[in-house]
Amino acid sequence: MLTRKEETYLQKKLGRKPNLLEIDMIDAEWSEHCSYKSSKKYVRSLPSHGKRVVVGPGYDAGVLEIGDDDVITVHIESHNHPSAVEPYGGAATGVGGVIRDIISMGTRPIALLDALRFSSLNDENKTSKSKWLFKNVVKGIADYGNCIGVPTVAGEVEFDDSFKDYCLVDVAAIGLGKRAQIISNHADEGDQIVLAGNPTGKDGIRGASFASKLLDDEEDRSAVQIPDPFLEKLLIEATVEASKSNCINAIKDLGGGGLSCCLSEMSHLVEKGFEVDLAAVHTKVADMSPNEIMISESQERMVYIINRKKLSRFKEIFNKYGITYSIIGKVHGHDNLNIHFQGKSIANISCDLMVNAPLCYRKSKKPGYLNRTKKGIEMYKVKDYNSILLDLLSNPNIGNKDWVFQQYDHEVGLRTVIKPGANASVIRVNDNKFVSIKLDGNSKHCYLDPYFGTLGCLSEACRNVVCTGAEPIGIIDHLQFGSPENPQIYWTFRKSVEAIIDFCNYMKVPVVGGKVSFYNETMSSPIKPSPVIGTIGLIKDRSHITKCVPTFGDTLFILGKTYEELGGTEYTDSIGYSEYGNVPKVDLEIDRKNNSAVLALIQHGLIDFAHDCSKGGIGAALAELAISGNVGIDIDLEKIPNNCSRHDYLLFSESHSRFIIGSKQPDRVKEILRSKRCIFSEIGEVQTTKILNLHYSRKEIINLPVNDLACSYNTINHIMDGT
Amino acid sequence: MKLGIVVFPGSNCERDVHHVLNDVIGISAQYVWHMEKSIDDYDALILPGGFSYGDRLRAGVIAAQSPILEAIKKKAEEGLPILGICNGFQILVEAGLLPGALIKNVKLKFSCKWLEMEVLNVNTPFTNLFRLHDKISIPIAHGEGRFVIGDDKLHDLYENNQVVFKYKYQNPNGSTEMIAAICNEKGNVMGLMPHPERASEPILSPDQKKSNAGLIFLSLKNFLSSYIKN
Repeated sequence: MLTRKEETYLQKKLGRKPNLLEIDMIDAEWSEHCSYKSSKKYVRSLPSHGKRVVVGPGYDAGVLEIGDDDVITVHIESHNHPSAVEPYGGAATGVGGVIRDIISMGTRPIALLDALRFSSLNDENKTSKSKWLFKNVVKGIADYGNCIGVPTVAGEVEFDDSFKDYCLVDVAAIGLGKRAQIISNHADEGDQIVLAGNPTGKDGIRGASFASKLLDDEEDRSAVQIPDPFLEKLLIEATVEASKSNCINAIKDLGGGGLSCCLSEMSHLVEKGFEVDLAAVHTKVADMSPNEIMISESQERMVYIINRKKLSRFKEIFNKYGITYSIIGKVHGHDNLNIHFQGKSIANISCDLMVNAPLCYRKSKKPGYLNRTKKGIEMYKVKDYNSILLDLLSNPNIGNKDWVFQQYDHEVGLRTVIKPGANASVIRVNDNKFVSIKLDGNSKHCYLDPYFGTLGCLSEACRNVVCTGAEPIGIIDHLQFGSPENPQIYWTFRKSVEAIIDFCNYMKVPVVGGKVSFYNETMSSPIKPSPVIGTIGLIKDRSHITKCVPTFGDTLFILGKTYEELGGTEYTDSIGYSEYGNVPKVDLEIDRKNNSAVLALIQHGLIDFAHDCSKGGIGAALAELAISGNVGIDIDLEKIPNNCSRHDYLLFSESHSRFIIGSKQPDRVKEILRSKRCIFSEIGEVQTTKILNLHYSRKEIINLPVNDLACSYNTINHIMDGT
Repeated sequence: MKLGIVVFPGSNCERDVHHVLNDVIGISAQYVWHMEKSIDDYDALILPGGFSYGDRLRAGVIAAQSPILEAIKKKAEEGLPILGICNGFQILVEAGLLPGALIKNVKLKFSCKWLEMEVLNVNTPFTNLFRLHDKISIPIAHGEGRFVIGDDKLHDLYENNQVVFKYKYQNPNGSTEMIAAICNEKGNVMGLMPHPERASEPILSPDQKKSNAGLIFLSLKNFLSSYIKN
C-alpha cells in the first residue's frame, strides 16, 4: 500500500486525485519489488562497465560480448515469498520469469542455475516444513526447467535455521545469441502492442505487493501464480523465430505488477506513449474488472511491439505454435500510458512518474549483535578427527547434491561439458569457446560480517570459475535481506553493496545483472543477510577446460595461506559456536594473484585439476577430491602454510583464496608459482590405496577409507528418500 | 540419404539430434513439423525427446493423435526405419507402433544421469554395427520411463527378439526386466529411453572417454547406405 507521503507526492505530480485504477497501478509499480525504492541509491553505484558489456543491469537481462559476435545474456531473479507458501508453483514460476527475461533480449535460453536456502533438514522439530519446502521447490524447478528444454546446469543449496518456515529460491538464466539479433527495444508512432501467451486471469493478483511485505500467518496462496511450462516453451520458440525474422521492435515479459508494470516500464524504455484498450485483452474468465486485468500476474505472458507491416509475419509464427495473442493497443505520443475500457479512458498516467517511485531514505545502524559476537573461540580439545570429518561430509551444506541435480535435466542442449556438482559448470558455446558459471552464497559468514562475508562470496564464485580454466568476465548479484525499514538490517545491506563495489572495481569485473529482494522475514525472524553471487567466466580454448578429478600420479599442492578463521564455518556452527570467531577475510591482492596463477598453470597445460577450498575447509576439499577420483590421498598437514594453533582449525578453517591443485609436472608448477610470488606448498600425493590419510608430520590425524567418506557424503539421499 | 526429425509442440531434443546427425555423424537431416501429412521424402524418421504437449494427461498421448502419425504408421508398415528417443519412444508406444507402456519412474522422480546398457539385438537398422552384449555408456533423462508389459507379451518380445537394449548393473526406473529399448516385430521401428545424441561426442561424456552410443546413428547410416545402393 502507498504510504501517506507517497500519496501526497503522487497527487501533487498528477495535479489531481488519482482514481482507484491508477492507485492500483502505482501501488504495484511503487512496491519495493518493482521500484527498488530502498536500494536504488546504492545499487546504482555498482561497477557495471567493461569492454564486454553490451547492455548492463537495468534491462531485462545483461548482455556480454564473448567474441565472434556471440553474446550471452544473463539474469537472476528470486521467488521467495511465493515459494514459502506454495513451493512447487512458486519455484516453477520463478524459473518461468527469469527465462522470459532472457527471451526478451531476443536470445535463446541455454542454461539455468539456482541457489536455494532452507532451514536444516534434520530438524528434530516435527512441525518443520523444511523437507516439504526443499522437496517441492526442487520438483517445481525440475518440472518447469525440464519441460522447456533448458538444462539446469549448476546451483547451490544451503541450510540454515534462520530460514525457518521460509526459503529462498534464486534462479539465474543464461541466453546465447548474436549481437546483431539483440532486440533494440525501440518503438515508432503507430506500432502495434501485442499481448501474447496465457489468458489473463485472477491468479497472482497483487503478487508484487505481496512480495514487498513480511510473510505473515495468513498465507496468501492466491497471490501465487500457476505455472504452465508447455506454453513457456512455445513462447521461447515463437519469440526466437519472430526475432530472427526481424518482426519485433521491443519485447517485455510480464512479471511482478502484471500489465501495469510491464506497460509503464516498456513505455518508459522506448520513450513513447501507449494507448491501450483493456477490453481487447484475452482473459481466463469473463467478469474481470479493468483493475484485475491491469495487475493480474498470470504467468507466461509477453508484450511485443510490432511494426504494422511485420504484423502478418508475426501472426503467422504465433499461429503456427498455437499461441493466443491479442492486439491491445498502439504506440502513440511520448510519455503517457492511456488505458481505455469500453470506450472510456479509465487511467492516464505519465510513465516517467510511474517508473520513478520517490526514493526512500532508510536509516542505517550497525546491528547490536555484531558488538556481542566473540572473536575468540574456546573449544574443547579434539581427539577423534575422523568422526568430525565424517560428520561434516554428512552435513547437507557440504555433502553431495546429486539428489537435487539428478532431478534436473542438466544435459539437454548438448552443451553441458562439466556437469553440476563440480567447482563450476562449463557449457559449450561452440567447440572452441565455453562459458563457466557458478552461484555462491554464505549466509553464516554474511551474518557475522556482511562486508567480508559478501567479499567472500565474490571471491569463492570467481575461484570456482577459475578452477575450470575460465577467466571471470561478469558478476550477477542477488541481494536478499529482511525489512529495509529496520536500520540494522539496512546497514547489513549497505555493507554488502560496498563489498561488491570494492571487489568488482579491484578485479575489473563488471556487474551485469542483479536484483534486490527485501522483506524476507517471517513472523518469527528476519533471514540472515543472504547475498548470492554468480560469476560468469569465459574459456577461450578447449584444452583449458579443467575438471576436478585427481588421478594416480598427481602431486598435490596447496596455494594460499590458511588462517585461524573459524567464524561462521560449518565446523564451528555444527558444534554450537555459530556466533563466534573471525569470519574469513579476503585480501584482494592475494586473491587476484592466486587466481591468475592458477589460470596460468592451466593455460600452460600443467595441472590435472584445481579445487576450491571453501565450506568445510581443507578437510572437506581433500575428501571431495578422494571421492570424485575414487583414489587415495596422502597429505602432510605440517607442510600447509598456516597460522593455526590447532589441527582442527587448520583442517576446517574456511580461509579464502586457496586452491588445491594436482599436477604431473610438479617442478614446472613450482617454478611458475615461485615466479608469481605466490604462497604455496607441495603437500602430498594421490595414492592407489583408497584411503584418505592426513598426518601432521608422522602423527596420524585422519585415516579413512574413501568408501566411508562417500557414504557420509551421500547423506542427503538417506534424509530425503530413506535409501 | 535424408532423415526427417519429427517435431511436435514441446519437443526439446530436436536441435540436439539435428546437430549430431548433420555435424557429427554426417547424415543430412531436417525438421518435419507435426502438421505435415506427407513424409515421402525421407529415408528414415526420428522422433526426438522432450515434452510434447507438456506431457499433459500422459507422456506422448496427445502427440500420438497428431496428423503426421497416420503417415508415420503407414511408413512403419512399409518398413521405413523409425527411431523414437525418450518422448519419441513414449509417442510410438501411445500410437500403438510399439507394445507395452511407459509409466512413472518407480521413485516418482525425474532422473537424469549416466549409466550403462547392454546390446541384445544387433539385427536392427539401429544396432547393426554393435556386437551382441556390447556395453554402452549413455545418459537417461526422464520421469516416465518405466517400461511395463504383460507377461504374455513379454514372452512374445523375447520370442521375436524385440528387446534391443537392457540397462546393465542398475535399474534406474523400475522397468520390467531392465528393458531400455524395444523394436517392433519387423525390427524397423525402435524406441529407447536413453539419449544416444547426448553420448555421441566425447566432450560431453563425464569422463571424456569416447562413448559408443553414436553407433546407433552410425548403424542407421550404414543400413541406409546399403539399402539405398540396393
